[in-house]
Amino acid sequence: MSIDKDKIKHISQLARISLDSKKTDALAKDLSSIFKFIEQLNEINTDKTEPLSSILNEPLRSREDVINDGKIREKVLKNSPQKNEEFFIVPKVIE
Amino acid sequence: MTELTKKSLTEITNLIKKKEIKSEELTESFIRNIEKDKKLNSFITKCSESALKKAKNFDKKPELKKLLPGIPIAVKDLFCTNGVKTTAGSKMLENFIPNYESTITNNLWNEGAFLLGKLNCDEYAMGSSNETSYFGNVMNPIAKNTVPGGSSGGSASALAANLTPTTIGTDTGGSIRQPASFTGTVGLKPTYGLCSRWGIVAFASSLDQAGPMTKSVEDCALMLEAMAGFDEKDSTSINKKKENYSKNLSDKIKGLKIGIPKEYRVENMPKEIDKLWENGKKILKESGAEIIDITLPNTKYALPTYYIVAPAEASSNLARYDGVKYGFRSNRGNNLLEMYENTRSEGFGDEVKRRILIGTYVLSSGYYDAYYLKAQKVRYLIKNDFDQVFKKVDAILTPSTPSSAFKIGEKKDDPISMYLNDIFTVPVNLAGIPAISIPAGTDNNNYPLGLQLIGKPLDEQKLLNIAFAAEKKINFKQTLKKWWEK
Repeated sequence: MSIDKDKIKHISQLARISLDSKKTDALAKDLSSIFKFIEQLNEINTDKTEPLSSILNEPLRSREDVINDGKIREKVLKNSPQKNEEFFIVPKVIE
Repeated sequence: MTELTKKSLTEITNLIKKKEIKSEELTESFIRNIEKDKKLNSFITKCSESALKKAKNFDKKPELKKLLPGIPIAVKDLFCTNGVKTTAGSKMLENFIPNYESTITNNLWNEGAFLLGKLNCDEYAMGSSNETSYFGNVMNPIAKNTVPGGSSGGSASALAANLTPTTIGTDTGGSIRQPASFTGTVGLKPTYGLCSRWGIVAFASSLDQAGPMTKSVEDCALMLEAMAGFDEKDSTSINKKKENYSKNLSDKIKGLKIGIPKEYRVENMPKEIDKLWENGKKILKESGAEIIDITLPNTKYALPTYYIVAPAEASSNLARYDGVKYGFRSNRGNNLLEMYENTRSEGFGDEVKRRILIGTYVLSSGYYDAYYLKAQKVRYLIKNDFDQVFKKVDAILTPSTPSSAFKIGEKKDDPISMYLNDIFTVPVNLAGIPAISIPAGTDNNNYPLGLQLIGKPLDEQKLLNIAFAAEKKINFKQTLKKWWEK
């Protein structure tokens, strides 16, 4: 399938990535050729095949629901690009 | 005496254990090599000072029973290191300093090793030539302006140039084995779940696996022994007893059955690779193995499947980079949404954006069944191919890559031709099984070429043994001129 500019705009909105029109053109071309490549899969009949949901032979483990850390606010906030002592700061969302 | 930095990890470990050298002397030799390098660009962060301090501390009270006593190790910059910048080769994480340590690096430090530096890689490990790194191209020590492969390109380059005695990489579709093949080194991708993924910057979680990159198979066994093990913090970690891969390493492979898959003989494969493969068969036969023709009928579909599954998982994993909790934030934008969009637009490079968009598309409403579900079904068929074959053979022999190292820029503008580089390595990740690449010869330019051995799940010991036997007979010698020191 060929991917046009409108489609690129739509997915880039879903992915929260802004694109200028030059990038959009280049991406439409790249993605079209990649999807053409990917669509080779349509050659195979998989009507009776189960999808692989896990590569491990055993089911995923669950653990006890216990608190094993906490009181690490400083550590959590440390790498934030904008913060105060207690919170991450983001552009205003409520008028 | 051969220069210290040229020796294998096993050799220097023994020298330290016999008290013939000190960790400080060893660490200084590697730091000297790192400082002399002006061209490779394999390091993103150098930890010379802290490494020397740790070496001196080790020498004061040497713990010689450890697996890696007093050994300095530089690691791919995808492993989180406590207090040391971890970039994943991205502008997004240019200033990210984790306050925790990945399980794998922690395992190495618990065995007596310490951090020598952080090595360049493709951005978020997405690439096959190290050209997508925000921190610039890495050169392959085999020749100027030649790529080291990727995504663990800095790791392979630094190892081959003797800037680190061993290293670790991650392999999602070939990112350890392809650079190992391009640089004349050994690289192992373990069984999915053998090495913990905790603290590794995520790319595609059902495919990612950390593994050793070394100068010899013996070194590889030693490193895997230090790295592998159950980790409660990784829900996909396999709970099994630790194995002594290095102690049990043996070149006795008589009677083992080695499969040769016909589907790996691809169109336009260079004659040299075919010759290399033939030679590999011959050598294993001479060592007493039985060579059997096999078929993995869905091989052709592995790469298209990979380019649905990996971007889908990546788009979901990389959703966390929102400019709020950590990492880069754009200062453009009038509201929260624009801040997100600009942060991700400015923070990610082109290849990462490309893959996020592919992933977003294949998971989006109305397309999920046609792409993602289809890919998961084909992934089952690919895994089943291996399951069937492993009822008959102990391991599979293939070339590691369809070509030798290429020039910087040669494939950069054509994503498909770049992706095709991983044609022999990707099926292994989809099936979650282990594989090793060993240097096996050179092409007309004298560039190294690798052979790949693929094994059954959790059968790393046998895989290492076969590689060990082959390595002895191949007797590959790396011949590098130190052009990067000028």
